Amino acid sequence: MEDVAKRFGKNTVLDGLNFTVERGERVTLIGPSGSGKTTILRLLMTLEELSGGYIYVDGDPLTYAKRGNRRVKLPNKEVTRIRKRIGMVFQQFNLFPNMTVCENIIEAPVHVLGQSKEEARAKAVDLLDQVGLRDKIDAHPSSLSGGQQQRVAIARALAMEPEILLLDEVTSALDPELVGDVLEVLREVARETDITMLLVTHEMQFAQDVSHRVLMFDEGRVIEEAKPEVMFNNPEHERTKQFLQAIL
Amino acid sequence: MEFDLEFALEAVGPLLMAFLQVTLVVTVAGSVIAALLGLIWAVGQRELPTPIRMVLTWVLDVIRMTPLPLQLLFAVAIFISFDGYRRFPETDVETIGMILGVAVFSVHYSTYMAESYRAGIESIGRGQWEAATALSLPRIRVWRAVIIPQALRATLPSLGNWAIAMFKDTPFLLVILVPEMVAKAKQLGGASYQYTEVFTVAGLIFLAASYPTAVLMRKLEKKLVY
Repeated sequence: MEDVAKRFGKNTVLDGLNFTVERGERVTLIGPSGSGKTTILRLLMTLEELSGGYIYVDGDPLTYAKRGNRRVKLPNKEVTRIRKRIGMVFQQFNLFPNMTVCENIIEAPVHVLGQSKEEARAKAVDLLDQVGLRDKIDAHPSSLSGGQQQRVAIARALAMEPEILLLDEVTSALDPELVGDVLEVLREVARETDITMLLVTHEMQFAQDVSHRVLMFDEGRVIEEAKPEVMFNNPEHERTKQFLQAIL
Repeated sequence: MEFDLEFALEAVGPLLMAFLQVTLVVTVAGSVIAALLGLIWAVGQRELPTPIRMVLTWVLDVIRMTPLPLQLLFAVAIFISFDGYRRFPETDVETIGMILGVAVFSVHYSTYMAESYRAGIESIGRGQWEAATALSLPRIRVWRAVIIPQALRATLPSLGNWAIAMFKDTPFLLVILVPEMVAKAKQLGGASYQYTEVFTVAGLIFLAASYPTAVLMRKLEKKLVY
């Protein structure tokens, strides 16, 4: 991310933000609410319009490109080509309630990647095995618990074989006893794949277990950046200490 | 004045005939076309570029805010005899009347249905659009697979109510001399000045058709809740 800015009306959420995530790296964004961490994920997923600056995925600009010293908006087609490499799991799951679990998972592989239904369904079965919900393949989302829905949402994102996975407070909407299963699934994804991950979470133990690096945000800026052991046990910045004390 | 039951029973046959041949045909064809057009308007109002969208919204408002019988007369004036001459002397007047009737009813009610669809579309949470974007689904696919099926669930009961309203408006067809049931009743009653009987029968036929439909719609409404 280069000089990234995001304003909602007069309210500036991010201003002149710069950071880089390496391929295969797993980075957790922490910080008080309103510090802009979720906005970063939403900008990467193109759910928000970038107010300033540039985002590059593997060197390719995502929504805006530099032409000389002009900032030009990229056409939809171009944006989609790069966005296909990014997947996202939402706080509120956002499964399609009118489709079965299987239909939710194969929708994009069939209609975006052009896989055949049989091929996509076979992969969906594998993914559901991975998240422990194989027997729910033909269930409707409304018949599943929140934790199960979120695991289906993870399978749906993985079905697109993303290079980058964005996880936006994926356990915040869940009952406490359902959080464990979802995190276990994500731990396994982290272990078994080399997908680059950006996480926003309040589950600090989980963040410590899976991430290579933690960024502490405050008022739209990175105020501290460290390996998780260091960040959680021995933070430097006063603001980070306060924040961690408040949530732990 | 007495109610001539025998005369009333005699009228049932011809009135039922007119009901099946005109009222029902216009209602069914009109509802289906109006439901399709309404959906097109509603999606258009979200997808078209702003200037075209503004024109569309204005046209829909104009149609919604002028009376149906006037629109029927207007259509006849334009398509049949703008200047006193019949445009299609080969085709019989009843057929043209029916076609115009279906067309005007469809367009008129499509403007109301568009509003219902719009409410249905707006009731879908932002998360659904965002999930579709995150999966990079093509715009057409987002509408077809995600938004319209969900909006339809919310809209269907209200579409049913518009269809019933359209059904009850079919007597307006008499202003363009289409022989629908009420016009037929008037004609039958006029022969002997016995209007009470024929209008009662016509009213009962309307009631017999619309009441079960309304009950059915209410049941459907309950079933459609997720």
